[in-house]
Amino acid sequence: MGNINLINLSGFEIAKNIRENLITSKEVYQFFYNRIKELDSKLNSFIEVYEEAERKPDGDSQLKGLPIAIKDNICIKGKKITCASKILANHISVYDATVIKKLKEAGLKIIGTTNMDEFAFGSSTENSCYFTTKNPWNTKKVPGGSSGGSAAAVALRLVPFALGSDTGGSIRQPASFCGVVGFKPTYGLVSRYGLIAFASSLDQIGPITTNFIDCAYLLNIISGKDKNDSTSADIEKIDFTKYLNEDIKGLKIGIPKEYFKEGLDKEIKESLKEVIEVFKKNGAIILDINLPHTEYAVATYYILASSEASSNLARYDGIKYGFRKEEDSLSKLYTSTRRDGFGLEAKRRIFLGTFSLSSGYYDAYYLRALKVRTLIRLDFENAFKEVDAILTPTSPTPAFDIGEKIDDPLSMYLSDIYTIPANLAGLPAVSFPCGFTKNNLPIGAQLIGKEFCDGILIRLGFSYQCKTDYHKRIPEL
Amino acid sequence: MVDRKTVEYIANLSKIETSEEESYFLSTQLSKILDYIDKLKELDVKDVKPIRHFYLKNNVYREDVVENYNLNKEILKNSPKSLENFFKIPNVL
Repeated sequence: MGNINLINLSGFEIAKNIRENLITSKEVYQFFYNRIKELDSKLNSFIEVYEEAERKPDGDSQLKGLPIAIKDNICIKGKKITCASKILANHISVYDATVIKKLKEAGLKIIGTTNMDEFAFGSSTENSCYFTTKNPWNTKKVPGGSSGGSAAAVALRLVPFALGSDTGGSIRQPASFCGVVGFKPTYGLVSRYGLIAFASSLDQIGPITTNFIDCAYLLNIISGKDKNDSTSADIEKIDFTKYLNEDIKGLKIGIPKEYFKEGLDKEIKESLKEVIEVFKKNGAIILDINLPHTEYAVATYYILASSEASSNLARYDGIKYGFRKEEDSLSKLYTSTRRDGFGLEAKRRIFLGTFSLSSGYYDAYYLRALKVRTLIRLDFENAFKEVDAILTPTSPTPAFDIGEKIDDPLSMYLSDIYTIPANLAGLPAVSFPCGFTKNNLPIGAQLIGKEFCDGILIRLGFSYQCKTDYHKRIPEL
Repeated sequence: MVDRKTVEYIANLSKIETSEEESYFLSTQLSKILDYIDKLKELDVKDVKPIRHFYLKNNVYREDVVENYNLNKEILKNSPKSLENFFKIPNVL
């Protein structure tokens, strides 16, 4: 493989080298496999690593021949899938998720599964039943979550890119903590078939990459209507790579004042000011906007997401999958299996959701939250009458210490305060690296777009990365 | 305020056995979370319609056609206990 330094290349560039016969796909796979073996003991970002891809990729695409890592809640036929939960211990997927089928058809190779908070419940990967993933920029810090394994692995270039899932910020918040690009598509753009459900009205699969070029090519591969997911949108196929265009002259970017209030870290605030300047220089028009119901988003989210989770997790009963606590009666088998199989955060959410949906509380909690969700959606609809995209910080703070928030669920929930609204409104949103704190921790900026206008976010992000090099920095371990 | 009795009631609905100590712990934590969630009561939502879905205007239908995936064996292999073509559970009678 000679003189090619794979660490500094984008996935797209590595694939180009493969096409031009400068390196083989097998050598690329071996390089990243060896890198994981050498470095991942310091991060714990992978749950399983596959020594060799099962078969030669037969499909084709601009990313053909590249390895990709997959969050442990997306089904890969014949491979173990656990959602980092004891209750699914040793479960083997019997089918490929639609996104996995599409990746294989595009000639990509799955290199392994990445760590996460149990069932995606969390913002730090500390709720994994295996281990806590560490932040590659500072191993005393969390990588964010729940897709923390995917974000940490991509940041350290253990793999060119990965897939994650995002219900309330689970792609974007870890992307911001680890200094990579994390994209949550419009709800319905990517099929959820084969994604183990957390909150079905909010979940979306999306790419975690080092740059917007790889992001656009991966979105091209994984998006599209799927007959196996009736909520996937029946829209014309979009070519996201045509948005890799530096020119953003005349595009209007809204700055919502509600996202810059008390509680936002000073260094992040300063960094966002610089982002605004870059967009201005590139020709965008900056406008102040209001999203008045922002402060209600976290409360709304925890009712709705927990309610849906309590229902989705009812299937784990010790009969069909994974872990079973043997008992003499069926009823006792259910209650003991679920007692021993679920972690504390999973129990908290199942309880909160069951409470919100229970007789006597349904109207006061669940129904009220659905109505506030409408108000949050309307805020965005009004804002998008004036602007093409909205710019905010991704997280109120940079990566926090391991152990810092684990005993205080509410403060953990509030770390998703800026990412949750896009899920509630079903909108596309992306976090991209926009600076570093004086302690050398990455800072992320977030762009939120109109429904099915995911391409505009690619265009803005690409234009930003043409003028900056934060996305090219690699942590040194 | 979620008292221990309520936690026990929810635990029963959720089919999760909960120790006394755990009920106490969860009742404190859930109360704190619900205190925060009570923020939603500040808003007047009387005339607001709840959101069920955004872009889907109608229900999604498909032909009711049987497809045979032939996965019985693989599915049963994932079960903690099975016998022939069945999941095995404790006696219910």
